[in-house]
Amino acid sequence: MRQAYKITEHQYDMIVVGAGGAGLRATFGLAAKGLKTACVTKVFPTRSHTVAAQGGISAALGNMGEDDWRYHFFDTVKGSDWLGDQDAIEYMCREAIPAIIELEHYGVPFSRTEEGKIYQRPFGGMTTRYGEGPPAQRTCAAADRTGHAILHTLYQQSLKHDAKFFIEYFALDLIMDEEGVCRGVIALDMAEGALHVFRAHGVVLATGGYGRAYFSATSAHTCTGDGGGMALRAGLPLQDMEFVQFHPTGIYGAGCLITEGVRGEGGILRNSSGERFMERYAPSVKDLAPRDMVSRSMTIEIREGRGVGPKKDHIHLDLTHLDPAVIHEKLPGISETAKIFAGVDVTRQPIPVLPTVHYNMGGLQTNYHGEVVTLRNGDPDSVVPGLYSIGEAACVSVHGANRLGSNSLLDLVVFGRAVANRCAETIKPNQPHKALPASALDKSLANFDKLRFAAGSTPTSEIRDNMQHIMQSDAAVFRTGETLQQGVGKIREAFASFEDVKVSDRSLVWNSDLIETLELQNLLGQAVVTMVSAENRKESRGAHAREDFKTRDDENWMKHTLAWIDDKGNTRIDYRPVHMNTLSSDVAYIPPKERKY
Amino acid sequence: MAEFSLPANSKITEGTRFPAKTGGKNLRSFRIYRWNPDDAANPRVDTYELDLDQCGPMVLDALIKIKNEVDPTLTFRRSCREGICGSCAMNIDGTNTLACTKAIEECGKREVPIYPLPHMPVIKDLVPDLSHFYAQYASIKPWLRTQSTAPGSGERLQSKQDRAKLDGLYECILCACCSTSCPSYWWNGERYLGPAVLLQAYRWIVDSRDEDTGARLDELEDPFKLYRCHTIMNCARTCPKGLNPAKAIAEIKKLILQRHGA
Repeated sequence: MRQAYKITEHQYDMIVVGAGGAGLRATFGLAAKGLKTACVTKVFPTRSHTVAAQGGISAALGNMGEDDWRYHFFDTVKGSDWLGDQDAIEYMCREAIPAIIELEHYGVPFSRTEEGKIYQRPFGGMTTRYGEGPPAQRTCAAADRTGHAILHTLYQQSLKHDAKFFIEYFALDLIMDEEGVCRGVIALDMAEGALHVFRAHGVVLATGGYGRAYFSATSAHTCTGDGGGMALRAGLPLQDMEFVQFHPTGIYGAGCLITEGVRGEGGILRNSSGERFMERYAPSVKDLAPRDMVSRSMTIEIREGRGVGPKKDHIHLDLTHLDPAVIHEKLPGISETAKIFAGVDVTRQPIPVLPTVHYNMGGLQTNYHGEVVTLRNGDPDSVVPGLYSIGEAACVSVHGANRLGSNSLLDLVVFGRAVANRCAETIKPNQPHKALPASALDKSLANFDKLRFAAGSTPTSEIRDNMQHIMQSDAAVFRTGETLQQGVGKIREAFASFEDVKVSDRSLVWNSDLIETLELQNLLGQAVVTMVSAENRKESRGAHAREDFKTRDDENWMKHTLAWIDDKGNTRIDYRPVHMNTLSSDVAYIPPKERKY
Repeated sequence: MAEFSLPANSKITEGTRFPAKTGGKNLRSFRIYRWNPDDAANPRVDTYELDLDQCGPMVLDALIKIKNEVDPTLTFRRSCREGICGSCAMNIDGTNTLACTKAIEECGKREVPIYPLPHMPVIKDLVPDLSHFYAQYASIKPWLRTQSTAPGSGERLQSKQDRAKLDGLYECILCACCSTSCPSYWWNGERYLGPAVLLQAYRWIVDSRDEDTGARLDELEDPFKLYRCHTIMNCARTCPKGLNPAKAIAEIKKLILQRHGA
């Protein structure tokens, strides 16, 4: 090591890493339960990517018509293409109702109905009467800025509960002991360039997705899956990483999100002849089919020469037929975004859109309490003591092979709350911390020091750009064995090229060159396991569409993938069974059937 | 005699010039404020020339291109790149705004000046220290304050008309463009809450669900916290989200006046 680092130690009952919707809900929930809690976050809480969620948050409130949480449960199971764990899905859909009412009581500025209730809009894959009835209006909205409204409200609640934050601290690694118990995290204070160890009886990873592994993503620059990266380095697997959601409507070129709520309010996708092509692919729900189906349909339209624009390489999202008053009231945010990033007046012109990487269904495998589990001695549900994960970083799995729009904001608050409740039951406040093994920090410090002084020949940005293009071309909407095998080779090379990384900034204060390099390290591990898991799964299910295995194969593949990677980039794959039971007798297990809309 | 001059260590010097690597026809330069606390040197302005035909349309695209391809030490905050997270607030071409939604072609000056938000302590380059701004936000207790118990199983009702009163307020992204554009905040920022925080205060005052209006007005009725607003209006002019904090401040003043029976 080039340098001896001075390390400041902190002791807490619980540490939450990440201050998005899930992290904040957990942080003040834990604080309110009397556990000494701190939240470590690399960005100021209201800058977290939850802020960019637009369309809404689902719950069967029934404010706009018939609804029942059991319909929501059915839709989520079907949306997941039967890869979701039905016990967790039951928990989420049932808890959705009190969770959203709670948000309203916290002060979220939801849009309203004439009766003054929370306004709800239709969203993809949300139906009534177990798919037999009309589309459900289930997605609770604050215009098209629901994520912003919720994230700011959750931060306000954190202030109310006087929760402790360490802001612009970048978490480097989990601290694991010899027994595989998580005992805390080590983090870098970006403003001072100093290292801090946070001892805790429980660490909650709420670090979000790794969308920036791809070249074109709706995800923020900061969506680098740091929790997933830390877990892989700690020798834990990640689950179902092959399932990457492409949102049908990212702005062509810029990649900025245009909410599914546009189609919920009546917007229509059109090809070069102006045809509403979704009628051919999903005759009953049309433009409001789930995202995986819409993204595939758009890709087929483009591939068959019916794309729009001079290169015929994108699709039009048309809302010119909507009442400008509705656009003004319900969709003001995307009107602004379309103007700025596509130069389009949405009342007069269609928005140019393209399927764009948006969400990771995969992540740290947990049970519905938010406890991280792993496959150990034949037990697929063996809890990793002291480690929790929630939100997009986790894979509960409530989204299975394809997440329904507006189920992710729900996932954040329901499981953020669940983890707080669980820890309040299982962890006693103010217990002493056992001494850490002397070598507990060695690996992490060595890695940090190595990257701080990395003097290879390839700049961070070049390796990142290479990785992003490999993922974009070889783990796309449609995949084949040939391109996936080629992708595995290329992404392994990209992983190996990190040995030659060059960090130019040698300073300690706010060294964003170093931070981007640490983020790239987190991305690379997840990129490799994504590609390897995708190559391995020889069927088509949800967002994983193989052209060489066109159908779902429940006999061989109704199981979760687990993927590990070591320091050298060697990977290993194993499986966990899908939970085929519900939590209560209020709702029956839904056996697999053909997924048609 | 009083000396009217900047301390020696705050004078900005001329830094390095980085010409475009490949030439190109559509060249544009960016003059960027640089300061690194580690090297004990004065701040400087580095000039980076880019070929805009090889660059995205926004100022943030230019900053990222410089960081990726020319100078990885250039330091700035950024996240969502679509104008909703508020990370990349800075002073561009003489105006506080978000780098991600500011088009390069909208910049007037041939060599586009880029500085950190004015009158804030600088941590490094374009990264200001906003701790005081955030502490002021926390000081107004920006959460729903009620005495009555919430309905057991349902939402607090709010009419569409009452909800519409929050439009133009709740959209604030706490980027601090407005507060750091306000001369009154520059002068009295330690005690004057500034436009962003006052807009947030008003967001709760007008929320029909909030039941603590009296206390909120009491907390604001102060010569510094509120009344340092002299309707200069820079806040409304600079807000990258098109909000009008000055109007919110005027509404607070009106409510306090009404309370005094004026």
